[in-house]
Amino acid sequence: MSILEKYNSVFATVFNVSETILNDDFSSTSVDNWDSITQLSLVTAIEDIFDIMLDTEDILNFKSYGIGKEIVTKYGINF
Amino acid sequence: MSSRILEGKICLVTGTNRGIGKAIVERYAEEGAVVYANARTESSLDEWAVACSEKYTTTVIPIYFDITDASACKAAIMKIKSDHGRIDVLVNNAGMVTYEMLPMIDFDKLRTMFEINVIAMIQLVQLASRVMSRQKSGSIINMSSIVGVQGVKGQLGYSATKGAVISLTKSAAKELIEHNIRVNAIAPGMVGTDRFTEVFEKSFKDKITNIGIGRLASPTEIADVCVFLGSDLSTYVTGQIIGVDGSTSF
Repeated sequence: MSILEKYNSVFATVFNVSETILNDDFSSTSVDNWDSITQLSLVTAIEDIFDIMLDTEDILNFKSYGIGKEIVTKYGINF
Repeated sequence: MSSRILEGKICLVTGTNRGIGKAIVERYAEEGAVVYANARTESSLDEWAVACSEKYTTTVIPIYFDITDASACKAAIMKIKSDHGRIDVLVNNAGMVTYEMLPMIDFDKLRTMFEINVIAMIQLVQLASRVMSRQKSGSIINMSSIVGVQGVKGQLGYSATKGAVISLTKSAAKELIEHNIRVNAIAPGMVGTDRFTEVFEKSFKDKITNIGIGRLASPTEIADVCVFLGSDLSTYVTGQIIGVDGSTSF
């Protein structure tokens, strides 16, 4: 599974959506069930799949599919 | 089957270069735990860790970092996770103590003490619980003090930090129990560590009458309670502040 496939699979599982609808606009403001609990589940799943541990400020800022990619990249995960 | 009650448990103990922390590491090792022993000064625990590992047929691993350095804390937790995939027990023992009457409180020192005794502790609870929540188990033990429970004349600042440890322990216990992570605190009375014995002999010898049992605790007596809280003998115990004070009152 590629990095992108892994990343997408986490979003699809956490938000129970098809991977085909994922894009940079998929965010806490556009997705109804993106609340703080979902965000924590999302971050936990991202950390697990890439074996990284995000800084607190990155957890707080992980507010969209696009921003998430930028954050994950900082931890050496290159798309 | 091993009769050692911490056999194979992966534990991190902070502030282990002397006193209670050192005793906790030795008791944990004696009970079969794999112990990451923290101190600030590089190499300071190396020889002792090797001796402990041999004596108790387990692994004691020195891990050097300053608990007030958030990045270093994170790196330490990541190292343990990467070595073993889990953390079973965190003992937040590292701390700073001051003795000063209210008019003499040095606020820079007070801020530093809050940074070490409270903020760093919250940081480590946060980091360790993120690993423990994945494994759906864990025990966190925070070192408070009898003065955090009762208050004491001449240690307002220190007692305030230890009171904060009590409330953060209770809140963390409530938040983390859904992940089967237990959080408890120990509130020792006067403990006969080298550091305290010196202070006691010099300034507080008359306080012996405050101790019902009539003597200082040994560090091992505090460590024994840490063994209980870290073990599966306490799987239904969380959010508790356990006094280990020989019936002391101020």
